[in-house]
Amino acid sequence: MAQQPLELILLRQLASHLVIPMWMMDEQGNLIYYNESAEGLLGVHFDDVGPINSEQLVGKWQVTQMDGSPLPDYDFPVVVALSKHKPAHRSLRFQGLDGVWRAVEVTALPLEGQDGRFLGVLATFWEVDD
Amino acid sequence: MRALGAEVRDVEKVDVLITHLHMDHIQGLPFFSPLHDPDIWVDVWGPVSSHQSLQERLNRYLSPPLFPIRIRDLESVAFHDVAPGEFHLDGIQVTADLVSHPGPTLGFRLEEGGRALTYLPDHEPALGAHDFPNDSYWTSGYALARGADVLIHDSQYTDEEYAERLGWGHSSYTHVLGFAGLCEVDRLMTFHHDPGHTDETLDEAHVRLQQAARGFEVIPGTHGAVIEV
Repeated sequence: MAQQPLELILLRQLASHLVIPMWMMDEQGNLIYYNESAEGLLGVHFDDVGPINSEQLVGKWQVTQMDGSPLPDYDFPVVVALSKHKPAHRSLRFQGLDGVWRAVEVTALPLEGQDGRFLGVLATFWEVDD
Repeated sequence: MRALGAEVRDVEKVDVLITHLHMDHIQGLPFFSPLHDPDIWVDVWGPVSSHQSLQERLNRYLSPPLFPIRIRDLESVAFHDVAPGEFHLDGIQVTADLVSHPGPTLGFRLEEGGRALTYLPDHEPALGAHDFPNDSYWTSGYALARGADVLIHDSQYTDEEYAERLGWGHSSYTHVLGFAGLCEVDRLMTFHHDPGHTDETLDEAHVRLQQAARGFEVIPGTHGAVIEV
């Protein structure tokens, strides 16, 4: 693709100006952007690892439930938003690529344009006390 | 549109492409005489909405008390909701895509015989972009304008004016030069001039744009201008 859809371009521009950690995936589930605030939690600069296609994304970050038990992929909020086109929210723990485990609240929203075009997923996350 | 309508003769069908429904882009439509000529079929193409059809939205203007004639009274016209994608008009491939401007706004790329014309009359590709015009992947309108033989593009503001009108949906002279260069077009026609600019202001701006353009020609958009693609 020579150019991203306009809605994703505008969303990326907004995200780049906000201090809320934001994560963007396209309609195929490829990770196309996360902002500077998200870099702090994920433990790596986006430009050092991204974009990341959907296959390579699996297992890139270790994720568990809050009690440390395994979290199935299909329960990840971004996977729910991507596969069911519905918003999803949950608490989870993950290990940043800097090696640090963090507890976060994650909210993922499906992105739908005019005429029902599915464009991808936007996720935000907040670090919380473990 | 009134003057253009008077020149439409000996044709059975006319296509009108509307980028968006801001007043300055539709106010001439009811005065386009082929709409009132039952011997000429008019297809009007405009941006799709999830809430109302193009005809329903245009009805707000093309009905009393704003206009005496209702759309339903027009005998030979059809309205088509256009989503991003491609369609064909008499051998011309039309590509439509959303571009950066307040409200759903399309840009159009028309291609025939290996030649391309891109029409982006209202466009603010630099809005919020940290690295404009250096990243085509994240630049509004790039896919429509890439390699176009002619790019007709929003050229509304000086750099000083743009700084005070951020987000209004239009481009500065610097931005349009950057965008045309990124897209590697052959010819740029400046368009959608600020109504507050005098002819003298536009002439001076055109000279500066011509001098600053690298790799493409700048043509001033003027009323009634005809260009061969």
